[in-house]
Amino acid sequence: MNPAIRHWLAEGTPQRWLAAAAVLIALTMIVGLIWVVVQVAGSYFWPTPLTEVVLADGSRYLGEQWDSEPDPDAPGLYRFRFKVGNRDLQVQDFRWIRETEVIERCKPGNAWVLERREYGNFYGYPERLELAERTVRSDERDFAAIFRRELRNSLRLHAEQRRLMKQADRLHHPVSRLLVRVNAARFRGEDTASLEVELTQARGEEQESLEPIMVRLDEVRAELAEGALVIATAGGQERSIPLAAMVRALPVNTLGIAAKTGVYLSRWREFLFDDPRESNTEGGIFPALFGTALMVLIMTVVVVPFGVITAVYLNEYARESVFTNAVRLALANLAGVPSIVFGAFGLAFFVYTVGGGIDRMFFADTLPTPTFGTGGILWASLTLALLTVPVVVVATEEGLQSVPQTVRDGARALGATRWQTLRRVVLPYATPGILTGTILAIARAAGEVAPLMVTGVVKLAPTLPFDTVPPFLHLERKFMHLGFHIFDVGFQSPNVEAAKPMVYATVLVLLVLVVVLNLTAIMLRNRMRRRLRSAVV
Amino acid sequence: MSAAAIALETRDLTAGFGAVEVLKEISMKVAGRRITALIGPSGCGKSTLLRCFNRMNDHLAGFFSRGEIHVGGRSVYDPAWPLEMLRFQVGMVFQKPNPFPMSIRDNVLFGPSLAGLKDQGELDGILERSLRGAQLWEEVKDRLNELALELSGGQQQRLCIARALASSPDILLLDEPASALDPIATAKLEETLLSLADEVTILLVTHNLQQAGRVGHRTAFLYLGRLVEMSETAAMFATPREKLTEDYLTGQFG
Repeated sequence: MNPAIRHWLAEGTPQRWLAAAAVLIALTMIVGLIWVVVQVAGSYFWPTPLTEVVLADGSRYLGEQWDSEPDPDAPGLYRFRFKVGNRDLQVQDFRWIRETEVIERCKPGNAWVLERREYGNFYGYPERLELAERTVRSDERDFAAIFRRELRNSLRLHAEQRRLMKQADRLHHPVSRLLVRVNAARFRGEDTASLEVELTQARGEEQESLEPIMVRLDEVRAELAEGALVIATAGGQERSIPLAAMVRALPVNTLGIAAKTGVYLSRWREFLFDDPRESNTEGGIFPALFGTALMVLIMTVVVVPFGVITAVYLNEYARESVFTNAVRLALANLAGVPSIVFGAFGLAFFVYTVGGGIDRMFFADTLPTPTFGTGGILWASLTLALLTVPVVVVATEEGLQSVPQTVRDGARALGATRWQTLRRVVLPYATPGILTGTILAIARAAGEVAPLMVTGVVKLAPTLPFDTVPPFLHLERKFMHLGFHIFDVGFQSPNVEAAKPMVYATVLVLLVLVVVLNLTAIMLRNRMRRRLRSAVV
Repeated sequence: MSAAAIALETRDLTAGFGAVEVLKEISMKVAGRRITALIGPSGCGKSTLLRCFNRMNDHLAGFFSRGEIHVGGRSVYDPAWPLEMLRFQVGMVFQKPNPFPMSIRDNVLFGPSLAGLKDQGELDGILERSLRGAQLWEEVKDRLNELALELSGGQQQRLCIARALASSPDILLLDEPASALDPIATAKLEETLLSLADEVTILLVTHNLQQAGRVGHRTAFLYLGRLVEMSETAAMFATPREKLTEDYLTGQFG
């Protein structure tokens, strides 16, 4: 071989380039992922201008122009995706338009977008506002101000309606619980007479306390039924849309940068703190965000003590033996088991065995309707705890092994027992290791979806697992989860194309959540580390 | 030497790990309220002998011992004498400073708090007395709640002495306490040891013959697990009885 090449190889130059290339590829992929997510999710809530296009055949469309691509039917030409909305008038939210078909294109100042509770956005030109006592035409001077006031009033009423309905729901709780018991007793062929007396009484009480709520609810509903905006589509078709059906109404093309920023922030606020609408494809993700955070929290509370105790036993008490090695091997392998297997185990063991047992012991009066014997946030958290316990054990063991022997000896020489040494010196020393394990466990758990699908996650949970009804924390309830939300909205929803940006936004929130959880734990750990920095001179 | 003045004693002590005898038939008496230096080449069993007196060897795998070990006239293996009580009486300082990851105060009061002492006034008294004993008080009195790990190496080692003193031990075992320190910190440490000798019996393992000469009232020379010679330091350094001692002291080996 040429000595120059041999020297080149021996010096490791190509190896160095290879390593650099690998790092570059990994970095590119990570940065690319983050860039795509941030770009799509970040711009989704920014108000998109409305375009009116006139096509060669004379038809007119008003909507948002989205991405364009080479036309598969006409080589060399382009077509673009046009969001026409108005789903109650035509089936499709989108249509493809060939560039060559467009003969005229403009951004009309009087075009509005109405964000609605149902059927998605409506794009059109407002004609008049029909109120109970009068009608305001859109060319009148104070039309915008009046409309804004009326819409704000309607939104307030709608919020009150929701609050009242939740109250009514809560009042119905004793009756619905009794109904389950009556049905259960009937199912078992038992005498239901005493239960039915109780039921009648509970119904009476409910009626009584429900009375004022229902009265107010009727008032609110009557008021909500008033007021509608008559709006014309680009094609000239008129449509009356009740104010109660709207979430937001914007003359997008005339909004200034400040107003657009306001809309942007308000849409993010809605996204983060409101309930979802339209089978999760619109509205917010709050229940999913809340469910994910609560689940991770419960999991952490369970897995950290469990993992630390295991590691302490393995590292401090158990003698090196075939047994401890087998346990370590099992733990290492446990970390590689597909997560759906954990899901299956969680379903079989936690849900059916443990949950079923709890039901038979404490909730026998409602069987066969399960209480704990069905998926719930507790069982999902425990399943994830099982999934992440190897991570915590391994990291804690490393932390324990890093405690210098001289420090242990120091404590023993002062008359500390083994337990006192462990608790007062060794564990504080190993805290950074324990926190590292916790960080890794949280990161793993927050992104896990498969095992949750069989142990308690649902597409739409009617109630949060935490509310004002005692005992406040409802561990048996089903819950929503960001990861599952992404799967559901992105792949299971009836309107995938319209919901796509929502998926990106949800991904962004999940990524941010994981990063925030990680950063918190890392900062905590680094503070600890700094304290222990000069431990060994 | 009267019996009361003997703080530590071994009789025919043979000890080791597994099949290896590290100490062979050692019989020695360590006088109370004096500093006794243990010298000898690496691997001669100095540290093992030192650790016999507070039974630290018992935690190591395969340790065995035959013969008798007495502290203050009582066998360290007396079943009526709990290990923890023995260690309150026999303090130890290690080669490397090993402060715990807690405040200076909590480090010093570790022993007393293990003993269940809760009275704040009493604890404060112990804290000051111990730190003064270790000649550290003036340097740390304003930062008692700071982490002990922020101290310099020499200060950390004196903190470890203060920590040992806090349990009011009769005996202090030091295992090459200056080996990780610079010369200035070493001088300060030696000064501390000399000032403590009035109240505490000190057994000091050292690699450093000059150090043994500077601080050791008496010196014991160990070689290959046997006690070769033990006498007043000045006498031994001037006129060693054994040829082996003379060779070691003059640097022929070790």
